[in-house]
Amino acid sequence: MKSREYQQIDPQAPPTPTQTPLPHHHQADGVDRRKEPRTPRRKWEVFPGRNRFFCDGRIMMARQSGVFPLTLGLIFLTSGLFFIFDCPFLVKHLTRCIPAIGGVLFVFVLITLLQTSFTDPGILPRATPEEAADIERQIDDTGNTSYRPPPRTKEVLINQQVIKLKYCFTCKMFRPPRTSHCSLCDNCVERFDHHCPWVGNCVGKRNYRFFYTFIVSLSFLTAFIFGCVTTHLALRAQGGKGLVFALQESPGRYPYMPNVFKLSLTHLFTAVELAICFFSVWSILGLSGFHTYLVASNLTTNEDIKGSWSGKTGEGVTNPYSHRNIFINCCSVLCAPMPPSLIDRRGFLPADESAQTSGVDIELPNLNNKSEINVCTQETKGLLESAALSPLLATSCPQGKPQTALSCPDNSPALKSDPSLELSQRRGQAHPNSKTYGSTSPLRTYTGLHKHKRASSHTARLTFDSHVSPDGDHGSKPKGHQGTKFATLH
Amino acid sequence: MAETHSLQDLQQPAVSSKVFVQRDYSSGTICRFQTKFPSELESRLDKQQFEETILTLNNLYAEAEKLGGKSYLEGCLACLSAYTIFLCMETNYEKVLKKIARYINDQNEKIYAPKGLLLTDPIERGLRVVEFTIFEDRSIDSTR
Repeated sequence: MKSREYQQIDPQAPPTPTQTPLPHHHQADGVDRRKEPRTPRRKWEVFPGRNRFFCDGRIMMARQSGVFPLTLGLIFLTSGLFFIFDCPFLVKHLTRCIPAIGGVLFVFVLITLLQTSFTDPGILPRATPEEAADIERQIDDTGNTSYRPPPRTKEVLINQQVIKLKYCFTCKMFRPPRTSHCSLCDNCVERFDHHCPWVGNCVGKRNYRFFYTFIVSLSFLTAFIFGCVTTHLALRAQGGKGLVFALQESPGRYPYMPNVFKLSLTHLFTAVELAICFFSVWSILGLSGFHTYLVASNLTTNEDIKGSWSGKTGEGVTNPYSHRNIFINCCSVLCAPMPPSLIDRRGFLPADESAQTSGVDIELPNLNNKSEINVCTQETKGLLESAALSPLLATSCPQGKPQTALSCPDNSPALKSDPSLELSQRRGQAHPNSKTYGSTSPLRTYTGLHKHKRASSHTARLTFDSHVSPDGDHGSKPKGHQGTKFATLH
Repeated sequence: MAETHSLQDLQQPAVSSKVFVQRDYSSGTICRFQTKFPSELESRLDKQQFEETILTLNNLYAEAEKLGGKSYLEGCLACLSAYTIFLCMETNYEKVLKKIARYINDQNEKIYAPKGLLLTDPIERGLRVVEFTIFEDRSIDSTR
């Protein structure tokens, strides 16, 4: 018989912990919801970034859709007007290929636009609490522990170039090369190009090829429509007494209109198409040209804007990722194997995690600093997750029962209410105890940091990353963790 | 330091610690992991065994990301179909990921589980780290 000191025995614990979801449990009231696992939740429902998910996690976009509806609207409008008003005339006078080509281009544009907008751009999932603690420990071993730590960087050598990897305070990891944190989506995105409001999503490693195909095919489409509309008006003008007559043709349609302004609707819409295409063709052609240059030199918009490889720093810095051959660069950007999505959107959460995350809500309304809310909800959730998964914290903690209650890795329903209670207890005594947490072993650092954040920012080892930008959305962010879909937030 | 346990701990091995093998970016952004042997595993594992596992994983990821004739053909066909074939077809990368998952499972069963270790598939950690979970050996804890 082993002699151990039991500090907590839960008589309600099931004999064998089970990870399978229990969908047949009904919810009697709000308290029961935390004690018993609900229908299994998918990981997208608790995704910490600012994204919207549709079709049960199959489709994702940025939370701010930007002008994506406008993009769709303009494409549909211009193409629709083209097919309705120009095609009949051109088929009669030119060739039947015109609507066919137009149709193919239109479908191509639409599909690639939807793929750009709805695909995961290459989001890196945030580091697990254990990983973050491990990194913290490594940094503390090597760096200093002044109250305002310097920006954390790590240097690596890639193709004889020294690249600095920055530490992302939101995602709690050193960003891989070419990865950047999008402040709009609040995610680290691999090979981050830019956040495009026209498609309502970030453009990154996984959807850059869709984006490039979209803008190239869109430039072909707008140029094609522009050409067809010009031809249409030219042909009509040839048949009569000039362009004005062409615009004024078939007055009989609207007999009550004054002669001077006898623009038939056909020609009004044609003029609208012409205007849209004229203005968009230059900008889209320009954008396509710019991105063709980026693809050929294996650069991202982000790097180009920052001038990372243009030698502004003085030394002969060259792009270490370029293959020095335009063809290979193009192939590696556009034809490389499609990387997998690293955020498992449709995977199920383990039953104990999904029940615990719903317990976060009661703490959040008390926070007064909006930026703290954003980070704290994630930290609290991380804390609860680490509590579920890390008995390590229990074994290393010198304190007694309250800590154990937080850290024991069991699935007992009774414990589920404890973390929340613990947090409320801790809040009340945040200030006096905050320093003690900071001085315990590094393995405790992670849990201690949450208390730092709430109590006082000056003792925090983790400083706020500039990417955690407070905005008006944060006030209602707590609601998002109640288990409702992220998509319904705003 | 007193160990604290609940009733559950007796029925499942308790996690003692986790060791993370970070990515190696010296060759660029391709997926490679460092082969430096972590000191925490010294008591449990051979250095050679560790290196063999990591090198095999690196080779498998290199195979998945390889730029060659086959991947270019796949990419061009995909482009011509407006990338709709990704909806129907399993990409080469996905096939290799399944191979990697089988390999890791195999390694866990044959080599790591008997030593009280668990190797977590890097894809579950966003290809950031290879995570080794060290389970404490219960039979030596009776003196506490």
